[in-house]
Amino acid sequence: MVHYLVVSAILFTMGVLGIFVNRKNLIVILMAIELILLAVNINFVAFSSYLGDLVGQVFAMFVLTVAAGEAAIGLAILVIYFRGRGTIAVDDVNRMKG
Amino acid sequence: MIQAIAFYLFAFVVILSGALTIASRNPVHSVMWLILAFFNAAGLMVLVGAEFIAMLLVIVYVGAVAVLFLFVVMMLDIDFAELRAGVARYAGIGLAVAVALAAEVMIAVGAWSAGKIDLTRRVAPVDPAMPNIQAIGTLLYTRYVFIFEAAGFVLLVAMIGAIVLTHRERSGSRFQNVARQNARRPQDATRNVQPPVGQGVQL
Repeated sequence: MVHYLVVSAILFTMGVLGIFVNRKNLIVILMAIELILLAVNINFVAFSSYLGDLVGQVFAMFVLTVAAGEAAIGLAILVIYFRGRGTIAVDDVNRMKG
Repeated sequence: MIQAIAFYLFAFVVILSGALTIASRNPVHSVMWLILAFFNAAGLMVLVGAEFIAMLLVIVYVGAVAVLFLFVVMMLDIDFAELRAGVARYAGIGLAVAVALAAEVMIAVGAWSAGKIDLTRRVAPVDPAMPNIQAIGTLLYTRYVFIFEAAGFVLLVAMIGAIVLTHRERSGSRFQNVARQNARRPQDATRNVQPPVGQGVQL
């Protein structure tokens, strides 16, 4: 159980680190978010199995749903952004600053 | 014993491939490492008896999300070497945040394993007689049916949103005009002619 939590903690940290390290590459940032959600799912499933309570697995499924939708919408926004600007560098995303 | 070996194998590979996902220079390699990470996470979940979530992970993530990432990476013509240029600038603060976060989570895990938190209440206790998939289905279609429907709506909105966002009218392409096509009647479109022998028909 604790092993699972540690694995998921390391994976979560890896995702957060990925957001910081790949500050410019939006695609890798989205992948890092997927890693974070995967760590959350591992946590849910580990607790569900440890406590003998199925709700964790049901909730992990909903997290998965939201992650899939988020990836689809994020990549769609990425594609139209690239179409308009010709770059996906995060540092250039300041049009909405006003 | 074999479970411990499998756990450490899966855990090691999932962490390694997670690290390589964020560290590799080529985003296509990143996607491949992400797929490996998801496969091994599915293995981890099989080890604790959550087969359904494991299969869902493989099908949804490896089958759909990772392929979507791969499509986008290959579709966009981006100079990734240039994007990597500023990595070192943020590596320090990123590492600091990551180390702080990992330490916090592990302290929390330690505090949790020390006990004293009441975790005895069960919302939906596992029935050992039922297979995992059947148990989840029984729960999902009864108590959580509205949330399940809401999850379906989330996916629907995501799908429509993605289509609306990326759809564009191309100039110069020719589309079927269904209304005009349906409004066309045979008597307007055809006529009877009796051409004399030896002469053609003028269309």
